[in-house]
Amino acid sequence: MTRLLEMRDVSVAFDTFERRSIALTGVNLSVDKGEVVGIVGETGCGKTLTGLSILRLLPRTASIVGGSITLDGEDVLAMSERDIRGLRGARVAMVFQNPTSAFNPVHTIGSHLRLVLQTHTRMHGREIAQRIREALSDVGMPDIERVVRSYPHQLSGGMLQRAMIAMALLLKPALLIADEPTTSLDVTIAAQVLELIRRLQHERGFSVVYITHDLGVVRGICDRVVVLYAGRDVETASTEDLFAAPAHPYTRALLAAVPRVSARGHALPVIPGIVPSDPGAMVGCPFVDRCAFAFDRCRVERPEPTIVGGTHAAACHLLTPQGAGAAKQPVGIAS
Amino acid sequence: MSAAIGVVGEPRVLRGHLSLRRIRHLLLSDPLALLGLLIIGLFVVLAVFGPMIAPLPGKGAGVIDVQARMLPPGAAHLFGTDDLGRDVLSRVILGARPALLVAAMVVLIAVLIGVPLGAIAGYQRGWADAVIMRIADLFLAFPPLLLAMAIVAALGPGLEHAALALSVAWWPWYTRIARGTAVSLRERPFIDGARVIGLPTWRIILNHVLPNSLTPIVVQAMLDMGTVILAAGGLAFIGLGARPPSPDWGLMVADGRAYILNQWWLATFPGLAIFVATLGFTLLGDFLVRQFDPRQSG
Repeated sequence: MTRLLEMRDVSVAFDTFERRSIALTGVNLSVDKGEVVGIVGETGCGKTLTGLSILRLLPRTASIVGGSITLDGEDVLAMSERDIRGLRGARVAMVFQNPTSAFNPVHTIGSHLRLVLQTHTRMHGREIAQRIREALSDVGMPDIERVVRSYPHQLSGGMLQRAMIAMALLLKPALLIADEPTTSLDVTIAAQVLELIRRLQHERGFSVVYITHDLGVVRGICDRVVVLYAGRDVETASTEDLFAAPAHPYTRALLAAVPRVSARGHALPVIPGIVPSDPGAMVGCPFVDRCAFAFDRCRVERPEPTIVGGTHAAACHLLTPQGAGAAKQPVGIAS
Repeated sequence: MSAAIGVVGEPRVLRGHLSLRRIRHLLLSDPLALLGLLIIGLFVVLAVFGPMIAPLPGKGAGVIDVQARMLPPGAAHLFGTDDLGRDVLSRVILGARPALLVAAMVVLIAVLIGVPLGAIAGYQRGWADAVIMRIADLFLAFPPLLLAMAIVAALGPGLEHAALALSVAWWPWYTRIARGTAVSLRERPFIDGARVIGLPTWRIILNHVLPNSLTPIVVQAMLDMGTVILAAGGLAFIGLGARPPSPDWGLMVADGRAYILNQWWLATFPGLAIFVATLGFTLLGDFLVRQFDPRQSG
């Protein structure tokens, strides 16, 4: 397979009056054509920021301060403002978490979709109307004529999310960034939306970056997973490898924290502490304060990614030959 | 939906479901607003059909009748006649058109200049914001009436010049309002959505920022209609507005000032017209404020 997106060591910093805090401290992410890559991690670890930096749409106080992003061999960071606008919505589309607030309340669904076509193509009247109806029917939208004329507050969250997916795929993008698209929906609707993305991906073969904190979703839809922690990728593996043999202590802790019916009556294991707010200021491993296996070296040296087999890599001192002996507890698969 | 609850500090968005029926219901439950609406309705009718309604239109417009000068209010002349024998009631009725026209023009020009500038400043921030708002501050540093007086004095008196001068003095207020809304709108997710689909900035301002800023602008415009009528009257009073013999309320008050003790009707009736018209717009404006701005209610 050919590479579509390649993020190398991307760093993003927030500049405030007094200081600069680094939010992404070197993220690596690669997506092949037709591949579905999941980005997982807890709140505040930089998942959304990673997605937004692909489109160079960071909050105003943030900027990309290091690394490289290439899409189809083109340097995204070197593109002019005009070129990057042509890329947004056309070659790379994004779907947000909360569909009810992602539509402008004063415009109909139809006019939202129309604006995308008017911005990126030279289509006219009937052609646009035709294309909008096709796109809505592709996402399994019922009662299309009514939906086109509806205002956002007249539709349910599930329908709005379908409409948003239709809008994102209107111009057949090569890459879809889905930022927790099912988080705000109830379980059955979420399952439908997830199934929809999977079906469309299958039929059209676009690539997907799926941002989520739900490991069950990852298992259901992703080919490969990147685990993000405190603004850097701590583990990268195929979905099977990750669930079969998680290598990084953080990944193992995440997997252990998934509620299971079989574990009823037992306390749910949680990861103590919170994500460090300014990981750029830390010397050692950002997970050190919350890690059950941390030892001296973790405090003074930042771990680099280590290959643990095939395409499976994780950034942890325990995985290096020197590290394994120093650990205060034996390294094993988390139970 | 979060927008329907109306977060405090965030202007509510005018929605499709504000039907005529609901407006009627709201108005009927608020007698002051209804009064305001009736007053405005009355003046609009006077402005449109004035020449047909006025009992003695010819005399109102300026036909001098020396025999009939300074007649007190009576059956023939309900509001009396002035020093040139013109019918005061007719002149008050004919004065409605220029008064409303000037108010509408001033507010319209102020909105057309002020709102786009405010939207740009609030959405772009940075240097555009700094430049636009400093210029606006420059205008706001002067009391609006004083600034308008200075401009008319430079241009020469006349109704058009007065309208122009008032517009110049008024636009910065709209810039400030529009900027405030744009700043809060900028953080809304649908603006991110618009950026994600690759819309250029001018499109985002036109399609997403401006339509959502309209509610506070409409409210302010309604309140300002009254204020502008008063200000235009003020300019005319000091001789910087309409020129005689045109039937202008401010001018009539000025002319009647010399006779206020003995021929009180000359200045009183046009003064009352200014007062009532201003009151009407203010009452309706206050009603709109109560409807759309949760900070003012309760």
